[in-house]
Amino acid sequence: MRNRRVRTVFSFVGILATLVLLWEGYKAMGAATGGTWPFTDVELPIRTNERSMPHVWDIVSTLFSEAQRGRDELLVTVLLKAALFTFRSALIGFTVGSLVGFGLGVLFVRSGLAERGLMPYVVASQTVPVLAIAPILVVWSGRLDLPIWVPVGAISAYLAFYPVAISTLRGLRSPEATSSELMRSYAATPNQVLFKLQIPAAMPYLFPALKVAATASIIGAIVGELPAGIREGLGRAILSFASSFSSAPEKLFASVLVASLLGIVFVALVTLVERLTIPAGNRLDPNELAMAGQGGAA
Amino acid sequence: MNTLELTGITMVFNQGGANEVTALDGIDLSVAPGEFISLIGPSGCGKSTLLRLVGDLLSPTSGTAQVNSKTPHQARLDRDYGMVFQSATLLEWRRIAENVELPLEVMGVAKAQREATAREMLELVQLEKFSDHYPWQLSGGMQQRVAIARALSFKPSILLMDEPFGALDEMTRERMQMELLRIWEETNTTIVFVTHSIPEAVFLSTRVVVMSPRPGQISDVIDIDLPQPRVFETREDTRFFELLTKVRESLRKVEGEEPGA
Repeated sequence: MRNRRVRTVFSFVGILATLVLLWEGYKAMGAATGGTWPFTDVELPIRTNERSMPHVWDIVSTLFSEAQRGRDELLVTVLLKAALFTFRSALIGFTVGSLVGFGLGVLFVRSGLAERGLMPYVVASQTVPVLAIAPILVVWSGRLDLPIWVPVGAISAYLAFYPVAISTLRGLRSPEATSSELMRSYAATPNQVLFKLQIPAAMPYLFPALKVAATASIIGAIVGELPAGIREGLGRAILSFASSFSSAPEKLFASVLVASLLGIVFVALVTLVERLTIPAGNRLDPNELAMAGQGGAA
Repeated sequence: MNTLELTGITMVFNQGGANEVTALDGIDLSVAPGEFISLIGPSGCGKSTLLRLVGDLLSPTSGTAQVNSKTPHQARLDRDYGMVFQSATLLEWRRIAENVELPLEVMGVAKAQREATAREMLELVQLEKFSDHYPWQLSGGMQQRVAIARALSFKPSILLMDEPFGALDEMTRERMQMELLRIWEETNTTIVFVTHSIPEAVFLSTRVVVMSPRPGQISDVIDIDLPQPRVFETREDTRFFELLTKVRESLRKVEGEEPGA
């Protein structure tokens, strides 16, 4: 167990180091050849100068320099505050979206009519670009005098509910036919079947979907902040650093790093809840399986 | 009063459709309380379908079924059936004792009573030491014993078993057969048992019902007059072999084909 954790840390650090080496290696190659593939005249697809690909250490050091001239706040502080702000919107979106998605899954498993009728709209909802939906929701909720976090949370929820709905439905349908026959032979009510059989069986399917929903809710929150004119979040930071990309590219890369970090932290939180929710016996570990001998025979 | 009374049961799947199948045709069968009945026959003879009709998991196209002088539907609502399938279908997120308690939970039995019953049932199948284990920690035979304990936990008057030992190796299977007979004697339950195995049917049953396929019909009912209780030596009894031969020949008449063992 301990051994495996050490290996996990090593592989994470190793991959990070490899990525940095690839980035810097590519830059070094471009510098040596004058921007072409070695021994050819074929130009490299991405320019290797400082304006396209700043050095990794420049990106890191810009995080720890002042965000704007004349202000003593570090960029990393500004970005982390923005990330925290965006996280709050994303958390609202994630919570609402997951509840709606779970509710739809339960509705669909209960009613084939609801599934046939609503599923096409659920699928269609994800093909409409969120960029188009976002300003509409912002304008509507402005008309209704709703606080600004409502449309941002709604946009975030709009992206988050879909994977949860699909996986919940899949998980609720996962018990074997004989399990359902058993419940029927006990004359169980539909609610008893739902709470004692279907929902527990759906849990292992639910958590991977919640991880997808966690990252989707962040994207939704970032995109939602833009038309809402929110200045405090990552959306605004990314937008303004994107517009000054040619003069200070490392700042945009720095904000991308912080946004990714936010996603990783959110997914890690979901994983933690998963570990606490699903009993150890239901999380099959290869070592434990071997110990159980012929346990997998049935 | 018979526990089970089937009259003219016919079951047609996809009636009127292109792939219409008559699974059962004119089944008449009476089972007295405390009998151990085996249904045997080649694949496709409708024996599992018949079991599901008795258990109200399917409804017959025509004919009537009476269980304890009630409709199968009412009998199911009264929890007259315990069911055991070929796979144990234990809920993997529940401990062994919690699996045995499941039907009692559904039936609204109080917690203390549930726990006491689960303990008693696990003692009956000699798995009391494993009550806190999870299903995957048990072997296939042990899981099937838990499934039997679960089916008996609410003291149903009929046990419906669909090839319960079909997935077990021969030695485990013979042990399980002895255990089932012991439980049957202790609990006085009526058992309807679907199997592919001739020795299993003869060893366990008071009567063997031989079925023929396409359409599923009862072709023979053979009384098993071996002395009770059955013991290990019963399998070496001359009468046991005579009855094996009798069932085997009856099955051969059915289709000229050996049932899959």
